Amino acid sequence: MSLRVLVGCKRVIDYAVKIRVKPDKTGVVTDGVKHSMNPFDEIAVEEAVRMKERKIASEVIAVSCGPSTSQETLRTALAMGADKAIHVEVDPKDYSNMQPIHVSKILAKLAKDEKIDVVIVGKQAIDDDANQTAQMTAAFLDWPQATFASKIEKDGDHLKVTREVDGGLETIKVKLPAVISSDLRLNEPRYATLPNIMKAKKKPIDKKKPVDLGVDLSPKIEVISVEDPPVREAGAKVKDVDELLAKLKELGRI
Amino acid sequence: MSQRSQVINVYKKLLYLGKDWPQGYHYFRDRCKRAFNKNKHVVDEKQINAMIERAEFVVKEIEALYKLKKYRTLKKRYYE
Repeated sequence: MSLRVLVGCKRVIDYAVKIRVKPDKTGVVTDGVKHSMNPFDEIAVEEAVRMKERKIASEVIAVSCGPSTSQETLRTALAMGADKAIHVEVDPKDYSNMQPIHVSKILAKLAKDEKIDVVIVGKQAIDDDANQTAQMTAAFLDWPQATFASKIEKDGDHLKVTREVDGGLETIKVKLPAVISSDLRLNEPRYATLPNIMKAKKKPIDKKKPVDLGVDLSPKIEVISVEDPPVREAGAKVKDVDELLAKLKELGRI
Repeated sequence: MSQRSQVINVYKKLLYLGKDWPQGYHYFRDRCKRAFNKNKHVVDEKQINAMIERAEFVVKEIEALYKLKKYRTLKKRYYE
């Protein structure tokens, strides 16, 4: 039995970019900022492609929700080895209110429509750090979930997944179909090379609208304020050990 | 593939990788171009082959560098 795999990939601000908060505190500056695929989703795509290379999976489908720019992310996924892609087109206006719950509903619907056996997503996106999509997708589908995966093996009709938990690893067996979220140590994603990006342009991208999938995008959460983290305070130099001890005592540290 | 197109090919690969260079694309392009220009008078086939091989090696190294940089940044942000 070979599996059909659905991978979610989100377009986020590149990990190397210095994030700036908008002056009105409604969000962060995204215009003219370099974007790329969420690194945890890259790991998810890589795992799906490796499953295909090991003949565990038969087809890898990449999904992204967002405005037309999300197609760049899908191209990257296709260049990494996904077979086809689905772009769920969301208005830029609606996209700013889009939350993990909406993405989960979309993924769940697509997983049913495409007769998917395994859904793999990154454990969290590096922009909102929500860590909710995998869990909620599993709930909507009523499928077992294996979150924070650091190793995935096929074991008959089951998957044996090693999970990263506090202070160690946990190995669980999940029945298929299942939802998996990838952790950082699952694999090392390959670099999408130039020739592969060119070849990926020939692979198909399906376009869908949230309305077609029966998903209502009205927000469930209101963002009240987005603020910069506190700035680190400057340190002070001390002349000798005695002064250091005196200062520490003054602060009540010793 | 002729040697000439092999060289052009690897040069393009390098430029593509240069887009993600930490100090910016221009920094990378200038230095990459200089490195190629320095050897433009070489005619010996064997020597050119060795140079192409070296360039391919650099491509692999840069890919590895980017991967490592990303991994380390994420590890630092989420796991420490």
